Amino acid sequence: MANLPSNPALRRTLSLAPALGIIGIFMLIPVGIIAVFSFLEAKSFGGVVWSFSTDAYVQLLYERALDDSLILSPGYLIIIWRSFLLAGIAMLCCLVVGFPVAYFISRQPLQHRNMWILLITIPFWTNQLVRTFAWIIILGRNGIIEAPFHWVGILGSDDTLGLMYSNFAIAVGLTYTFIPLMVLPIYASLEKLDFTLVEAAADLYSSKWEAFSKVIIPLSKPGIIAGCLLVFIPSLGAFIQPDLLGGGKNMMLGTLVQFQFSTARNWPFGAAIAMILLAAVVIFLMIYARAARGQQKMELH
Amino acid sequence: MSVAQAAALPIAERARAAVELDNVEKTYGTGKSAVKALKGVSFDIADNEFFTLLGPSGCGKTTLLRALAWFESVTAGTIRLFGEDIVDVPTYKRSINTVFQHYSLFPHMSVAENVAYGLKRLKKSKSEIEATVADMLELVKMTDFAGRLPAQLSGGQQQRVALARALAPHPKVLLLDEPLSALDLKLRQSMRQELKQIQARTGITFIFVTHDQDEALSMSDRVAVMSAGYVQQVGTPNEIYEHPANRFVAGFVGDANFIDAQITSPVGDTVTCRTKGGAVLQADARNLLEGQRDVTLFLRPEKVKLAKVGAATVDGEITDIQYLGNSTMMQIDIGEAEPLVVTEPLGEVDQRLRQVGDRVGVILSPSALQILVE
Repeated sequence: MANLPSNPALRRTLSLAPALGIIGIFMLIPVGIIAVFSFLEAKSFGGVVWSFSTDAYVQLLYERALDDSLILSPGYLIIIWRSFLLAGIAMLCCLVVGFPVAYFISRQPLQHRNMWILLITIPFWTNQLVRTFAWIIILGRNGIIEAPFHWVGILGSDDTLGLMYSNFAIAVGLTYTFIPLMVLPIYASLEKLDFTLVEAAADLYSSKWEAFSKVIIPLSKPGIIAGCLLVFIPSLGAFIQPDLLGGGKNMMLGTLVQFQFSTARNWPFGAAIAMILLAAVVIFLMIYARAARGQQKMELH
Repeated sequence: MSVAQAAALPIAERARAAVELDNVEKTYGTGKSAVKALKGVSFDIADNEFFTLLGPSGCGKTTLLRALAWFESVTAGTIRLFGEDIVDVPTYKRSINTVFQHYSLFPHMSVAENVAYGLKRLKKSKSEIEATVADMLELVKMTDFAGRLPAQLSGGQQQRVALARALAPHPKVLLLDEPLSALDLKLRQSMRQELKQIQARTGITFIFVTHDQDEALSMSDRVAVMSAGYVQQVGTPNEIYEHPANRFVAGFVGDANFIDAQITSPVGDTVTCRTKGGAVLQADARNLLEGQRDVTLFLRPEKVKLAKVGAATVDGEITDIQYLGNSTMMQIDIGEAEPLVVTEPLGEVDQRLRQVGDRVGVILSPSALQILVE
């Protein structure tokens, strides 16, 4: 420590250097490469041709006809719409299921809470791919849900409820995978909440519902927003769930990007989709930052 | 004076009792681990009274307050609010509001929104809410802070907002849970006066919980002293201080000397007793039970007068002197089990006149020496 420079600004820069280095190497450079690729031309068998082009972005909205004119093509917009829709549904399902769970844990005696949190995080220890496959056994043809219908004879031997390979299956998979990311931040908010405030609300003529909506919800808002972002953002770019449970025909942005870099061999287009995804994420994070600022004001002392 | 007698209000007063507690019991847990926090608590609180629950921590005063607010249910007994049994009426339907110990202001709402909260839940009209909030903020001198968030206020200011918030719906009874305990001494003393004035101006019955005897004596119309789940005595501050019902009350409210003695004379207005140390004293006989021979005499330190050796009731030796600014507190060995604690106002007496080791005469007047009911 003796050889640190005496100039405080320089010292600060030096001590931040490792963190800045890691962010630079592992985040900024790859994102920069993707950003550059999205403005280049595609090579026929993968890779890029180094000449500037906005084709990749045009391709999102238009199809190029044989005579080189552009025809509006909704195909990719539908995929973007489906991604937002399914991510939104997964987020809401996680919130509806996750909030009561977080509330329950936060009301447990202190010595039991960590055990409950541990139980919530246990699924993280298993491979996500394997866990998603398990849902095929549950939802699939002759799966756990369908089997009783077959035994009773409501469904014939060739019939199916059609649960698998649908938007429904993708939403179930996303909700299941990301629910701990909803529970944990909400729990962190609720655990800090002073429950005499709930007593104060009841004292001031609030019914249970009013105490919940006027006091508990507003005070756990930072946790709810953080949880929603943590579920929504990875759901938007999810790849495993739409691929396995959607059967490849219900594409989402994540599967589309993967498809462009592998089978379709159109790197610039894949990069352009990734940039759109990134822009969406940044917008949501900015909304969060705004909400968090309001919260800080409240905790000012 | 028995506890039961002290608890009952005169019949004319009973008719307008704000709160009647009848044999209220509260037990936590079951079986062997059961803990009784309230044991047969019965007393009445009159309308428009500043009533204080006084006791050490763990005496049950907070449990009783929480039972009144229905944050906790009672195990047995009835609680009536202006004649109506409210044992099964939930918190949010009771016309009782609470000032919480740590204020518990809603941190996401401004001062004005906090004060308006109860009124909004009661579905008051917008104009009425605005008018009441303005009135309340003026009452607690917080008008200039209406737009602030609680986190931007000092402890004393938060206290005022909490008071305004609880008073705004004009409850029938206001509960105050040690509201001054988090404030510093000077602020605490000025808030005492202010609370008392606000109570008089609003005409709302205040039930004030505290472990601080000075607070209880200085603000209350009447005080209930609690210990170990029992109500030990209910009475005016003067009754509690001058005529404590038992040894606990005598020792908890103010300082007290206790002297064990035996009755040696027939009973009149005063009795003669002989102490274990051999002194013969005259004591007030009003609390003496029939046939009782062994008694504990009780004496406030400031009721003792000092005189020259030989010119007083007993003689003793000063074993300790504490200078308290406006008075001195001395311990005087008069040959009993415990040295006598005596406070003497300084006034014109120079504290250097008395020194440890001095022999003094101690005047114990019969009116100051009382027999304690055990």
